[in-house]
Amino acid sequence: MKMKVEFKLNGANVSVFAEPNRRLIDLLREEFELTGTKEGCGVGECGACTVLMNGRAVNSCLVLAVQAAGNEITTIEGIANGDLINPLQKNFLEFGAVQCGFCTPGMVLSASALLDKNPDPTEDEIKEAVAGNLCRCTGYKQIIEAVKETARLSRKN
Amino acid sequence: MSEEFSVVGKKIIREDGVEKVTGRAKFADDYKFPGMLHAVMVRINEAHAKINEIDFSALENEPAVSIVSASDVHGSKKVGMIKNDQPVFCSEKVVTPGDVVAMLVGESESKLRSLLPEIKIDYTPLPVLTDPEKSLNKNSVLIHPETGSNLIVHHPLRKGDVEKGFEESDEILEQTYKTQLIEHAYIEPEAVVAIPLGFSEGIKIIGSIQNPFTARKFVANVLNYPLAKVRVQQAHLGGSFGGKDDTMCILSARAAVAAIKTNRPVKIKYTREESVLESYKRHPYILKYKVGYNLNGKIKAMKIDILADGGAYASMSPFVTWRSVVQASGPYEIENVQTDVRAVYTNNPYTGAMRGFGSPQPIFAQESLMDEIASRLGISPDEIRRINGFKNGSVTATGQILKDHDVNLKKVLDVACGNTDFITKWKSNRDQKIFSLKYDPSNPILKDNQFIDPPENIRKGIGLAVSFRGCSLGAEGIDAASAYLSVQNDGSIYLDCGLAENGQGLRTTYSIIAAEVLGVSAEKIIYLELDTGITPESGPTVASRATLMGGSAVKNAAEILRDRLINLIKEEFKLGGEDVISFRDDLVFSRKKGLITKFTDLCKLAASRGINLSAIGWYKSPKVDWNEENGQGDAYFTYVYGCQIAEVSVNVSTGEVYIDKVTAVHDPGKVINKLGAEGQVYGGVTQGAGYGIFEEVTADNGFIRELNFDTYTIPTSMDIGEIKPVFVEGKENYGPWGAKSLGEPTLELTAAAIANAVSNAVGRRFYSLPLNLEEIILNKKLRPAGTKRGSSL
Repeated sequence: MKMKVEFKLNGANVSVFAEPNRRLIDLLREEFELTGTKEGCGVGECGACTVLMNGRAVNSCLVLAVQAAGNEITTIEGIANGDLINPLQKNFLEFGAVQCGFCTPGMVLSASALLDKNPDPTEDEIKEAVAGNLCRCTGYKQIIEAVKETARLSRKN
Repeated sequence: MSEEFSVVGKKIIREDGVEKVTGRAKFADDYKFPGMLHAVMVRINEAHAKINEIDFSALENEPAVSIVSASDVHGSKKVGMIKNDQPVFCSEKVVTPGDVVAMLVGESESKLRSLLPEIKIDYTPLPVLTDPEKSLNKNSVLIHPETGSNLIVHHPLRKGDVEKGFEESDEILEQTYKTQLIEHAYIEPEAVVAIPLGFSEGIKIIGSIQNPFTARKFVANVLNYPLAKVRVQQAHLGGSFGGKDDTMCILSARAAVAAIKTNRPVKIKYTREESVLESYKRHPYILKYKVGYNLNGKIKAMKIDILADGGAYASMSPFVTWRSVVQASGPYEIENVQTDVRAVYTNNPYTGAMRGFGSPQPIFAQESLMDEIASRLGISPDEIRRINGFKNGSVTATGQILKDHDVNLKKVLDVACGNTDFITKWKSNRDQKIFSLKYDPSNPILKDNQFIDPPENIRKGIGLAVSFRGCSLGAEGIDAASAYLSVQNDGSIYLDCGLAENGQGLRTTYSIIAAEVLGVSAEKIIYLELDTGITPESGPTVASRATLMGGSAVKNAAEILRDRLINLIKEEFKLGGEDVISFRDDLVFSRKKGLITKFTDLCKLAASRGINLSAIGWYKSPKVDWNEENGQGDAYFTYVYGCQIAEVSVNVSTGEVYIDKVTAVHDPGKVINKLGAEGQVYGGVTQGAGYGIFEEVTADNGFIRELNFDTYTIPTSMDIGEIKPVFVEGKENYGPWGAKSLGEPTLELTAAAIANAVSNAVGRRFYSLPLNLEEIILNKKLRPAGTKRGSSL
């Protein structure tokens, strides 16, 4: 039996019917065609499926679609609030923080969640915030620098 | 061309960056087509078994489900990178648990998976061979009986007289090293869609494919189609590191067979568990070294015997182990060398190409050995390498004279030592008082007075490793690449190359090269998707050959067009034949008359004059040669050199190693793509560190225990300290402005440098990777007893 799920997705109110055992990642990728959310492991270890739920980074492979009800979900497609890219995404490019790009959406969302809560994070806090997002290409260094620079610029402004 | 660069070596944003940070880049699983079906794999839960019968009768009431098996394969039933020993669908026997006997194809993937237990397979288990050292025993079971032996390949190398060398040596040292099976761990699991195009056009494949031209060959063979009827398009690739080659070729072929049978698009998408179960891995090696040296530090003779576990299929084993035989004695001039490298079949997961490709294993052995010799002689690690290391004109173990490029081994060593204050740190660590855990193996419970209290439990160590590495394919085979460049009449430019983007940024590097030659900004260049139906073939993206080979082809194409434009300018602007025309900042200059015109106006002019502004660039590698009998010859046409220094903290109470810093000094020739080159170092060192200290796939009777990232741990953002890339840009005749290789050198040295650093910290040597907790504390690996999970001493 499908259940009605109403929630806010990238700023817009949406309403869908979903099976009780359907995962949030499948709802996002299949019903809404938001394929920026990636599946790397299906067990909450790699973080490629990270989305924001009320501003918190969660693994959408471990969240049921029905748990989105009444909540606000932000995916990579909604993170720039209608602009092409936001300052954090720009710094990912400037610092070479992207290689294959498969982990990038999740990485950007985890870093965003950190900066929203903590505009002046230490390097250790940045490392901890993205520790749940595995990246096999970059060795994380340029990602950490991009997040640091974004925080520095936003404090300056 | 002047040596002043306007784009090369500068920080350039990657050309696919915006697509990737916005989530718009389409990876294989993001493609959907009307009427698309899904396919799931049918496997036998056995490592070695004869298939008697597969009973699909339970599916008779499922008309929407198609069964695809070996009988649907109309072309080659077996495929392989080098030997055709791997069935697309197994019909006679399975030889490793990842093997696939059939596929179920239908609309709902979850429905198909729920039907898998309904299929009844009658089989007879066969003896399981998992120990590569028993593989060549006369009474061992044959994995592929038709080959008559479990030997995949044997590469011998003979230089000088090794026995005479040992006689003339003051001391002899013999050691055995072991390295482990590891997983590529690309974050994107495998996915592919096959789309039937109709009888005259054939089939289209879109997938997470490392090498579209190799996939095309496999699919064409399996379907018995001509190459031109198979079009392979590469989706954005979510990491590969050598790993999405054969596996993806076979998945492409399976999807293609199903698409032809059902006449519908068919997608295969693997879970992480299936990916780890079926895909090939890095070879575990057993390396036996015997070395003779004199008291002055000069190495006289080296005898090496290497055994590689190839697992169930040959895959790239013959080429992986060939690189090992060329490089096994390291970047050292040794008069007498005798090397034998063998790869053998077992029922273990099969092994093939992985970043490094047969070099990280011997580098761990030979660099550990060099440090051990230095320590016996009372000299420092850098000194033993200075005494024996390659210089201009040195002769390698294969009898090749190193010339026509800067042989920068000692330079990278000097720069690395200077950057880290190596000697001072190494001596002070060596002389620190060693505290080590004392325990009674029969009663390994520590008493109060046996604990080591902080800060004495943290020991610092520093260690180095050096290497030389042959660039590109060498004597493995034909080595050529091509590129397509087309300038539009408004000055915008299309670029494409048959070498495939693997995430490392080669498209950006190629854009930089074309932009430099034509004097335009890199953003002017629109990079086209790789499609085997349109793009000229260039061989595979492997062997750190993309910048060197593809880059040379791109430069060639850009120079062809530039020369056509120069001829036009000279004619139109009445410039003398001897005048020098240069292109920069989107402008065109004459040496005599200064600014002539804008690049955009020149393109408009060229179009109005009917000039052909499209070109195919081509680059073929210089000659190499190889004698299979004695392992002598010019194995590669040029080499790169690197030195990495690792600084570690070792907790002697727990065995934990933390990597404080890795200084990575590499001579990749000219650096074209600065951000990309630094990214290669950060990523390669981090992968190498994972190999060094914690990654390991363990298999129990052929069954992998670590099927997902909860048990197979790769480095996270918190695991590795600082990484410092340093580039020494040596002179090189080949490659675009002398650019050659970097991707693999960055990875191959790290584990060896860490092992030497840990030895410097704790005063003991280690002979087996990874350097995990038990290796550090107990000097051995804890293995689960029997078939049960859990550890025992």
